[in-house]
Amino acid sequence: MLQHYGPQLINLFAAVLLLLSFAMLTQRRIMSLINLFAAQGLVLCLSTALVAWLTGQTHLYGSAALTLALKVVALPWILHMLIRRLNVKWDVETLINIPTMMLVGIVLVILAFNLALPISQLAGTVTRSTLGIALASVLLSFLMMITRSKAVPQVIGFLSMENGLFFAATGAVYGMPMVVELGVALDVLVGALILGIFMFQIRERFDSVDTRHLEKLKEH
Amino acid sequence: MAPEFLLLLGLPLAGGLALALFGHWARAAELNVAFSTLTFFAAVALVARVVAGGPLMAAGEQFFIDPLNVFLVALTAFVAMTTALFSRPYMRIERDHGRVSAAGMRLYHSMYQLFTLAMLVVLTTNNLGIMWVAMEAATLTTVLLVALYRTHASLEAAWKYFILCGVGIAQALLGTILVYFAAEKILGAGVGSLLWTHLDEVKDQLEPTVMSIAFVFLLVGYGTKVGLVPLHNWLPDAHAEGPTPISAVLSGLLLNVALYSLIRFKVITDGALERPFASQLLMGFGLASVAVAAFFLSRQRDVKRMFAYSSIEHMGLITFAFGMGGPVASFGGLLHMTVHSLTKSAIFFAVGHAAQKAGTQVMADIRGLLRVNPTVGWGLMLGTAAILGMPPFGVFASEFLILTTAIAQQPWATPILLVSLGIAFASIFGKVQPMVFGETNARRLPHPPALVPVFAHLAIVLCLGLYMPPYLADWYRQAARLIG
Repeated sequence: MLQHYGPQLINLFAAVLLLLSFAMLTQRRIMSLINLFAAQGLVLCLSTALVAWLTGQTHLYGSAALTLALKVVALPWILHMLIRRLNVKWDVETLINIPTMMLVGIVLVILAFNLALPISQLAGTVTRSTLGIALASVLLSFLMMITRSKAVPQVIGFLSMENGLFFAATGAVYGMPMVVELGVALDVLVGALILGIFMFQIRERFDSVDTRHLEKLKEH
Repeated sequence: MAPEFLLLLGLPLAGGLALALFGHWARAAELNVAFSTLTFFAAVALVARVVAGGPLMAAGEQFFIDPLNVFLVALTAFVAMTTALFSRPYMRIERDHGRVSAAGMRLYHSMYQLFTLAMLVVLTTNNLGIMWVAMEAATLTTVLLVALYRTHASLEAAWKYFILCGVGIAQALLGTILVYFAAEKILGAGVGSLLWTHLDEVKDQLEPTVMSIAFVFLLVGYGTKVGLVPLHNWLPDAHAEGPTPISAVLSGLLLNVALYSLIRFKVITDGALERPFASQLLMGFGLASVAVAAFFLSRQRDVKRMFAYSSIEHMGLITFAFGMGGPVASFGGLLHMTVHSLTKSAIFFAVGHAAQKAGTQVMADIRGLLRVNPTVGWGLMLGTAAILGMPPFGVFASEFLILTTAIAQQPWATPILLVSLGIAFASIFGKVQPMVFGETNARRLPHPPALVPVFAHLAIVLCLGLYMPPYLADWYRQAARLIG
């Protein structure tokens, strides 16, 4: 039963992932943004576990567990703690031109699908149709980082970009070898911690974590 | 596994951990020097072993040493050692001036060792995934160091550094995934498909479309760390605002290491594609970097920022040389990597002392170094002459090789290169000359700075320009053959 619907379920997860990327793009409240990020991690974990079950690639169970621990539990917890300590928990960011951003996002999705086309044709995986979505969510996270001016949403954009890359790896090649995945996970975790420290330093200096303060260094 | 190799990676790791605990002690700087020196000895022993016994593998093919990376390992360990020597008095003065706290010193010393470790792992790993992980680790270890002074500008520089290099390196991960995707078709799933030596053997069978897309992502990713235009925005800020020893290792070592990873991928991509796609991209980005950096050089007022732009220019030149390829250009590129790394770190040492004494990095306010302290003055002047490619320094030799190859193979690019080098010469010389020879009423300083590293570096650069030992030339030739 599940074997039959498996590939379709994977496509469903991919669609949800893309939807979450769009939701993050336009979410103005920091709290909800973190929850969306955690949800994205959960979808990623479920789809990885499903791929593992469908294909019998046992090492993917490991990646799924790693995703669960890192992206659903650890990182959202760190982020929640961070915004509580920084007192930006209820911050609402003003985003200009949400419709334009959505349109740009759609263009990016089309671009990503075009880019993924030659690659997914060569892929022999059951998940190959999701490659375009993975690339699209990478580009959408990128767009999110560009359009945000607060530090925490920028970081969430950065982390969600890594989610997209992880999804691409699962889609194209059933995940990278375990040592590499562990290394990447370690880097992401250390990076998030360093960013946390860093934001305290920024706040100490500027009394806010708005990166618009950080635009002084320019060529004259 | 060769014991030298174990020491090469083990020592900086042990140093990083030890200094994380004791890095704020009064004698921590000496400990830092000791670890860096021992790492350098391990590198020398490793070089001796490779020279005697040829390339070697370690840890089940996860690490390897071949003619290309062994010379960079030696260079990295050497500059890391001399920078540790320079940083000992420099950071002590910063600490006395109250610019760095005790916790800051601990962070600084520990991260310095871990940064060395990350670079050595990038250089020696055979696994392209681990290469990515270590490259990201190199960013992570230095980002807090750039923000060490906690000033407005340094925080901004570090934030920019983190975000731009983070986004860049994410593109490189995508590129690495795509390379693995192409390799998996031939070598099967598993760690083996990410090993460079395995990929090198089957590179002509790799799917060309995938490899070309992968290379674009890798170029954007690792190119951000090399500081190639238009991905260079983080570089002048990070170099100007961090502590000077960090500027020296970022400019002298990290850029080289990032370019090294790009070269590894270039070799595979060129093998997979019939046409010189990767080479053309490298040439284009390299040339753009040289031209744009030369343009910005003339507008700088901050001395460290100016030399940061000079690094972009030189990395562009090296990238262009590897893009042209062939035995002479690759030889020139490798030589230029060596001499640029040595000269630029020497310049940063001299500039660091000059700026520390003047209390500013603004060039217009630094005057008459020769009167204030002749050693610093001559160090800066000779370093500047060397980096500008004045004979008889080694930079002249490498630039000559690159330019003559460009005239023969890519004549269209030669005028751009020559004009850019000319502008760079005029801007840098015109600004450094009054700093060194100008009139000043500042008093002579009582304590002479320890500038042995500056003159040691410049002496080596001079030697390389006058006479290159045959075994060294042979070594470069072998490495150039690997690059193709």
